Amino acid sequence: MKSAVIVFPGSNCDRDLADAIAKVTGHAPAMIWHRETMLPANLDFIGVPGGFSYGDYLRSGAMAARSPVMQAVIKAAGEGRAVLGICNGFQVLTEAGLLPGALMRNAGLNFVCRQVRLDVANSQSVFTSLYAMGETITIPVAHHDGNYTADAATLDRLEGEGRVAFRYAEPVNGSARDIAGILSEDGNVLGMMPHPERLIEAEQGGTDGRRLFEAAMLALA
Amino acid sequence: MAARMIVNVTVTLKNGVLDPQGRAIAAALKGLGFDGVADARVGKLIVLDVAEGTSRETIEYMAKQLLANTVIENFRIEMP
Repeated sequence: MKSAVIVFPGSNCDRDLADAIAKVTGHAPAMIWHRETMLPANLDFIGVPGGFSYGDYLRSGAMAARSPVMQAVIKAAGEGRAVLGICNGFQVLTEAGLLPGALMRNAGLNFVCRQVRLDVANSQSVFTSLYAMGETITIPVAHHDGNYTADAATLDRLEGEGRVAFRYAEPVNGSARDIAGILSEDGNVLGMMPHPERLIEAEQGGTDGRRLFEAAMLALA
Repeated sequence: MAARMIVNVTVTLKNGVLDPQGRAIAAALKGLGFDGVADARVGKLIVLDVAEGTSRETIEYMAKQLLANTVIENFRIEMP
């Protein structure tokens, strides 16, 4: 699986994500700085990492979504390449228009940093095929702006089309319909607030994140 | 230097979009004894220094492209 991880000023989960990809697939991703206008040829998988890109100026993900490299990511997504946005990466993907809706300040106003239980709501995507439908997994979250918001018609469409990938199985941030992660219409773009890259090996306290990368490798290798 | 003008773009959350920050501010004001406060909404004021003669359409385009996320926010433009 040929992969890349995008790095913005203020990204801070880029190395964790690169590590997870390298450990699971055996191949280290290319690290792509935000000023690049082109991505390596024939990429299978693009990771948009967590962090506080551009210091969360204006809105979380707003500046990063308009950075030069994102035009290349949008093009790659349009070509059907797999794009995974985690946490700030999810915010960037919504701001870039690759995923619908927006991520607002957590309803409780607190930064939430803990393990949360998630229900798998789609087990057929490139990213989720190794999870069972309805399975409950545990993945950490660490965010201030994870409160997913969209109009009712968009939420109905996401649910009707099976595009909700993960739901919170416990109260976390006030997200509409407990949405923790969503897929694009074609299913090749996943945005999620929880951090699967942080639970790859037993030493990290669990391995529930690992299957997401294994599924991508199976589908894309 | 060519003539400049100042344009104010006010970005606010759409009605119906929960504003937890605003709610906390309203609660704090009530805590200070301002009983008449029913609600507060938090927005942003973006002050643009642009070339004189920049059209309203251009400013609107800026607002839609970047300054506001129209999924959750409205914007209002004040020009000289």
